[in-house]
Amino acid sequence: MFDCGLANPEMRHARYQMNFRSAFRLSFSLSLLILTLMIFSGCSKKKGEEAKPVSYDSKPPAYGDTFVDSSIGDASNLIPILSSDSASHDIASLLYNGLVKYDKDLTISGDLAESWQISPDGLVITFKLRKGVAWHDGKPFTANDCLFTYQVIVDPRTPTAYAEDFKQIKKIKVVDDYTLEVCYGKPFAPALASWGMAMLPRHLLEGKDITKSPLSRNPVGTGPYRFKEWVTGQKIVLEANPSYFEGCPYIGRYIYRIIPDSATLFLELKSANIDRMGLTPIQFMRQTGSREIQSTFRKYRYLSFSYTYLGFNLKSPLFMDKRIRQAISCAIDRQEIIDGVLLGLGRIATGPYKPGTWQYNPNVRKYPYDPAKARELLAEAGWRDSNGDGILEKDGKIFQFTILTNQGNDVRSKSAEIIQRRLKEAGVDVKIRIVEWATFIKEFINNRKFEAVILGWTIPQDPDLYDIWHSSKTKPDELNFISYKNIEVDALLEKGRGTFNQDERKRCYDRIQEILAEEQPYAFLFVPEALPIIHARFRGIEPAPAGINYNFIKWYVPTDEQKYRDR
Amino acid sequence: MFAYLAKRLILMLPLFFGITLISFFVIHLAPGSPTDLQTQMNPKVSTEAIQRLRAFYGLDKPLHVQYLIWLKKLIKLDFGNSFSPDNRKVIEKIAERIPVTIMINVLSLFLILIVAVPIGVLSATHQNSFFDKFTTVFVFVGFAVPTFWLALLLMILFGVQLGWLPISGIKSLGYEPSSLFMIILDRTKHFILPVLLSAFGGLAGFSRYVRSNMLEVIRQDYIKTARAKGLSERTVVYHHALRNALLPVITILGLSVPGLIGGSVIFETIFAIPGMGQLFYWSVMSRDYPVIMGILVIGAFLTLIGNLLADLSYSLADPRIRNT
Repeated sequence: MFDCGLANPEMRHARYQMNFRSAFRLSFSLSLLILTLMIFSGCSKKKGEEAKPVSYDSKPPAYGDTFVDSSIGDASNLIPILSSDSASHDIASLLYNGLVKYDKDLTISGDLAESWQISPDGLVITFKLRKGVAWHDGKPFTANDCLFTYQVIVDPRTPTAYAEDFKQIKKIKVVDDYTLEVCYGKPFAPALASWGMAMLPRHLLEGKDITKSPLSRNPVGTGPYRFKEWVTGQKIVLEANPSYFEGCPYIGRYIYRIIPDSATLFLELKSANIDRMGLTPIQFMRQTGSREIQSTFRKYRYLSFSYTYLGFNLKSPLFMDKRIRQAISCAIDRQEIIDGVLLGLGRIATGPYKPGTWQYNPNVRKYPYDPAKARELLAEAGWRDSNGDGILEKDGKIFQFTILTNQGNDVRSKSAEIIQRRLKEAGVDVKIRIVEWATFIKEFINNRKFEAVILGWTIPQDPDLYDIWHSSKTKPDELNFISYKNIEVDALLEKGRGTFNQDERKRCYDRIQEILAEEQPYAFLFVPEALPIIHARFRGIEPAPAGINYNFIKWYVPTDEQKYRDR
Repeated sequence: MFAYLAKRLILMLPLFFGITLISFFVIHLAPGSPTDLQTQMNPKVSTEAIQRLRAFYGLDKPLHVQYLIWLKKLIKLDFGNSFSPDNRKVIEKIAERIPVTIMINVLSLFLILIVAVPIGVLSATHQNSFFDKFTTVFVFVGFAVPTFWLALLLMILFGVQLGWLPISGIKSLGYEPSSLFMIILDRTKHFILPVLLSAFGGLAGFSRYVRSNMLEVIRQDYIKTARAKGLSERTVVYHHALRNALLPVITILGLSVPGLIGGSVIFETIFAIPGMGQLFYWSVMSRDYPVIMGILVIGAFLTLIGNLLADLSYSLADPRIRNT
């Protein structure tokens, strides 16, 4: 129950730049713990049924009421460039804006920028900013704030994890108060999305040490909600910003309650003391069926932005042969894992992208459960069961390897067990080892001392996967820890991030997905679903590819159903 | 007496620094570093950014240098700043959490005392009676039951089904202080379950302790003397026996001084109480060295003081010790 929050920390890095305003709640905070399961939250009764907009009545929108959100972890710092936990970023997404954001269909649209132009050579982005936007303290927002945000992020004294994209900038110029010109050294496609980073108020931060700024706990942004109060470890309270440039949000107050235990969280939900939480598959399928809950709450389900995989150490002689990896993929019954571990609330992953997004390529080689084919491929590679003990041998060695995964993530350890059983049937002896996160990374991943691992990645909205698949990214702290190397993939990754043309990018990433599916450096396992449950008095929630959070300011409670009136 | 006190205090100094030294090096032995949460498995972080973060927290210096820097600050009573992204002063983070933890611990210690002493005395004076056997079973059940499980059951009963008590937190959500009485009532309601449960687990040890002390004392000659003098059983038990049986309690109280600031992670997590247990747990998990050290230093200090106080009050309470 008290597994460390470090359970799959990679989820936390959900490329926040863009997630701020967009939908899903990959609840990861340091906090994080049981989150693992929270991520797999979602909404309806039948499998495969996409959540649809709920239009059960037509009560008119009204202002007022309070939305009581819940989180397992407290926020750490409300200046978003200084924190990387999801609690901080959940709150920050309501307080700040970037220049651009991902809209409900995951295409980039303007936020603080009204429009932008990319020069034909892809080197210069010119942003036209909205006029008349004010910081919460009333001062006007201008291009100088953007310049300042850039400067503070790349300042070597700023302890931020987000500087990389901004370091690609060669020159940045404030043309006038509402025009910003950014020049890059070479065309860099993720650049545009990187401007989804929250813009910071220059007039409050300039010339001061940002790490000691009072804005960490008393933030001032441009967003739909204004900061009101933060009681450490208990709650964070925000109030609607009446002068928000897209109009005042309907819901008047937003309270973020911190309840570190997921069982307690669920009890608070049952007593309707909180209005939203992310459910686990068990809670979703088996514990929220009572008439009482069905009538007070509504459940949603949609694919989350993450996938789980079995990764092979390609430096290990065992996995150098592609046929072996394909054989293992054939021997795994992915649907069985989804049904057993996620109670059906997920989809088979075929590659590193989320089904339904523009970069996803459905036409790649698939590996349906096929034990005969697995045997065949293994035999082709020279592995045979010569002594009849059920385990394959080659050159006097038996086929045996260890799957490593991190402690505190039930979904992963259970998946490992199911895979272990299926591989045994195929004649492969699998051991499972579960290791505490810090040790896992330091002793096994960074030293490449593993044979196979079960881990997960957050799926970024931008398809650039250079850091994970490019062969230059295999140094100790870097993320291509399976040592994947394919010259064609390298070239495509470089090409894909070097152009802003979406069709051209899609061609690159489609091909990459084909190659990855063929070569199986990872056996891609599944994409879990997000399973939020929200109090039924909230209307206007419209699930979209981006999830549900993207239009939070349009959610409302009809006047006669408002619960918290005494504001 | 003063010479004794001075000697004890002087001896405490090297002990104290020894504790800080060992703690400092031990926590740095654990794999992982404070920057991991921000940098690990994060595609957006370059090796250079990791170096930058490490330098910001001073982690690039050799360990003994880090210790000396930390120690230098400590001598000026400065616990430094947290390594978590909030970068707040350690002392501030501790100060904001310590009151609620002390409050719960004091209340539950008090509750333990007023329940365990009578249970212990009665089971001793009525040894092997039904009451003795019943309380033995009862307190051991209390000791053995996983408290998080019991907590959840009570939360379901009183919080969800009956709706009498709040489920978690330390005050109500939309709570505007209308009158002092309402504030106290609201706080009390929130504290009932956590205090009750944390006392429940502690009952067993304490009541058994009182019982066995009491059994030992009532077999002493001076109790026979007291009875022989014709004193009533009541006076014998509560005046002569109990006073002697409770002497070791002083030691226990002294030892529980550092425990007062150490919250239980389990209770605090289940009841969403922002106390010291959670703070310590999360700072360990995120390798937030300054906060860990801050709490350990305060703990070490209180342990040493607690021991000293126990020894002193023991000698005050027990003439036999005073003279030796």
